[in-house]
Amino acid sequence: MLHTPLWKRLLIVAICVWGIIAALPNAFYARVEGHNDAVKAIAEAEGVATEDQAAARALWPEALPSALMALGLDLRGGAHLLARVQVADVYAQRIDALWPEVRDALRDVRDQVGAVRRQPSVPGVLRVAITNPDGMAVALEKIRALASPVMTLTGAGTSDLEVVADGQEIVVQLSEAERSATDGRTVQQSLEIIRRRVDEVGTREPTIQRQGDDRILIQVPGIGSAQELKAIIGTTAKLTFQEVLGRTGDAAAEPGPRNRLVADAYEKGVYYIVVDEAVVGGDDLTDAQPSFDQNGRPAVSFRFNPTGARKFGDYTAAHIGEPFAIVLDDQVISAPTIQSHIAGGSGIITGSFTVEESTNLAVLLRAGALPAKMTFLEERTVGPELGQDSIDAGKLAGVVGLVLVAAYMILSYGIFGVFANLALAVNITLLVAALSTIGATLTLPGIAGIVLTMGVAVDSNVLIFERIREELRDGKGAVRSIELGFERAFSAILDSNVTGMITAIIMFMIGSGPVRGFAVTTGIGIFTSMFTAVYVTRLIVTTYINWRQPRELVV
Amino acid sequence: MAWRLRLVPEKTNIDFFKLQWITFGASVAAVIVSLLAVLVLGLNFGVDFKGGTTIRTESTQAVDVGVYRQALSGLELGDIAITEVFDPTFAENQHVAMIRIEAQEGEEAITPEAISAIETALKSVDSAVTFPSVESVGPKVSSELIRSAFLAIAAASLGIWIYVWLRFEWQFAVGTVAALIHDVIVTVGVFSIFQLKFDLTIVAALLTILGYSVNDTVVIFDRLRENLSKYKAMPLRDMMNLTANETLSRTIMTASTTLISLTCLVILGGDVIRGFVFAMLFGVIIGTYSSLYVAKNIVLMLGLDRSDKPKTGKPVDHEFANVDA
Repeated sequence: MLHTPLWKRLLIVAICVWGIIAALPNAFYARVEGHNDAVKAIAEAEGVATEDQAAARALWPEALPSALMALGLDLRGGAHLLARVQVADVYAQRIDALWPEVRDALRDVRDQVGAVRRQPSVPGVLRVAITNPDGMAVALEKIRALASPVMTLTGAGTSDLEVVADGQEIVVQLSEAERSATDGRTVQQSLEIIRRRVDEVGTREPTIQRQGDDRILIQVPGIGSAQELKAIIGTTAKLTFQEVLGRTGDAAAEPGPRNRLVADAYEKGVYYIVVDEAVVGGDDLTDAQPSFDQNGRPAVSFRFNPTGARKFGDYTAAHIGEPFAIVLDDQVISAPTIQSHIAGGSGIITGSFTVEESTNLAVLLRAGALPAKMTFLEERTVGPELGQDSIDAGKLAGVVGLVLVAAYMILSYGIFGVFANLALAVNITLLVAALSTIGATLTLPGIAGIVLTMGVAVDSNVLIFERIREELRDGKGAVRSIELGFERAFSAILDSNVTGMITAIIMFMIGSGPVRGFAVTTGIGIFTSMFTAVYVTRLIVTTYINWRQPRELVV
Repeated sequence: MAWRLRLVPEKTNIDFFKLQWITFGASVAAVIVSLLAVLVLGLNFGVDFKGGTTIRTESTQAVDVGVYRQALSGLELGDIAITEVFDPTFAENQHVAMIRIEAQEGEEAITPEAISAIETALKSVDSAVTFPSVESVGPKVSSELIRSAFLAIAAASLGIWIYVWLRFEWQFAVGTVAALIHDVIVTVGVFSIFQLKFDLTIVAALLTILGYSVNDTVVIFDRLRENLSKYKAMPLRDMMNLTANETLSRTIMTASTTLISLTCLVILGGDVIRGFVFAMLFGVIIGTYSSLYVAKNIVLMLGLDRSDKPKTGKPVDHEFANVDA
């Protein structure tokens, strides 16, 4: 019998209804986009909405889903950059910073090693010559004492420095383990800085991802050109240590001459009055690491270069008990109180941090400047008009294709063609709904994927209908033929869709850019078309048969 | 009986093996010609695979390639190719050209200075010119892209091979994969012979052809498997003809709906994706042909073990073969 259990029927209908509701926002793209932007802006302003924002928010009802298919760069216009972080730069910086320490350490054992001189070498390698070769063992030991252990997944205990003797010279460089750990940190830091800088420009949905060992992919929709994007990434973020004169909740407070008002980065409505001139700048900061204070609470330790150390030492000695502000890109990220005179250029920032917060702060502090140079391996710019042209062309092709395929199906299968078209409509709705819900990005090949899905989606129905025809020709009854048609066609439908899925998954895993966009839409299209062909069409056909009870069936 | 549009009569009896040596020979020849074309002529790689920069210019004034070339000649950018793009979807005063600049020294994409120099030079000869898209890929990345593209096609073929082997018999897997490699090679050959631009999106198209071709083949094999257990005494050759005739109506139907969608895209979809859609259009046609004339022939040549005796330790049919609703 052609009977579908009630729960199954309800489930199928429920999925279709969900699809229609979830796909709906895309039909009112500009409106919903305005609504989403307004909601975001209002949330950022802690519920305070301007008239325009309130009006934009009212354009779309709160109760309905507002997720949209994000448009890719090729459709919306924007810039794409693939940058390589020159991680080796950092080795050189680290090794150069190590030289004074090595010199001081060897000076303590001068009577045994003799005079110490730095020899020219390739960047990232420190060569130190000593005049007394007998003291080599002592010298090596002294330098090795400067090393600290590296934490790695494979095991702790590896030293961060590789110190070997080469004739009369000592060769110092970062160990393999330290280098790979440094690479990871450098790329992570660069990524963090780029993210902050791009976010500052305030474009919608930038994509900033790490790729491979030392690469960063940056995609920013809506930006004029890749050159513009490079300029934004290239500007250094400004980090300063400022003297604090007061704290206020009034954004319009008058800071006084040569002072200015700086907002707190984390607390809304809190402002600091700081002296315009910075005590120390971020250029003088050499390192910042998450650590713990003497009570075991999370903190951030930092270190200045000699110039910064002197300035900071003098300042802290004169201002014990007073707060000072750490200002990053014109926002106060921390305003601790000076506990004691901080000499020697290293200090610790305490506060009510969680471990995570202290880690982030350390990243931000280090993030003052890009840690290493970047080269751009790939760059693409798409103008917004070209994107709009592509959307229009894709839409037109989609609508015309849809109408023709629908007409062809009706001509070929009559009322069953209508059923297949209904299923196709549900299929496209579900596909759009799924893409919106998972936040997939629609690209031009993605649109082609949707149009192709339309062509291929009817295949499952064609298989079923052709099978029903055959069963009818064999003289079987209407109900029996339909039952057998669905049953026997399933194996072929499954096989063809599984192979399609295999290629979609491989395209997604290996491919990049356009290949991926295409893989996502075809992959989801396979799921939705199987669902609609097997369940939705079946439900429609059985409902029709049970309702009309035709004595003779013509497919 | 109500009227129905029928491209294929209800009952067909085409002998698909009648010309098997001609069709098979034609396929083999097409593959060889394609391989030779790729070897001799090479492929017209886009910047994705070759490195370099393409700039799309758009202007309300007619494009004069000579003037453009003249304007750029002083910039020492190496080899420059300028082509005007024509497309029925363009507006009347929309003149588009593509400027292609070879990869510069080093691993980097183009420098900002070079791009602004080019833009200034072109603006000086045509004040209305705009630059809707600029794409630049460094030689290092492009060689990686081409490797990953090859890898994707190889991995997809392997995945399909394994699946078909599990669901059917090894002969079917060989036939299917041979057919889809045939489709991919001939499509690439067409791109080589006509020197059409070959970039990342074309690889996506090739992967889709792979999927379509295998879909088409598998549907026929699925029916063949069913017939194998239905008519135990019929010779393999006749059975294959019967199967192909039984499924012919569906094969043509699906090919036509897909072709309708693709034709709409090729005509109305704009010039940006035309190459991509053309590859798929061609692939669907050749994929349909290869399911009928390549995949089956190979299975017939390899022969099937049709003895009813259970294979050692295994049931007659494959363990995965009964996945039915």
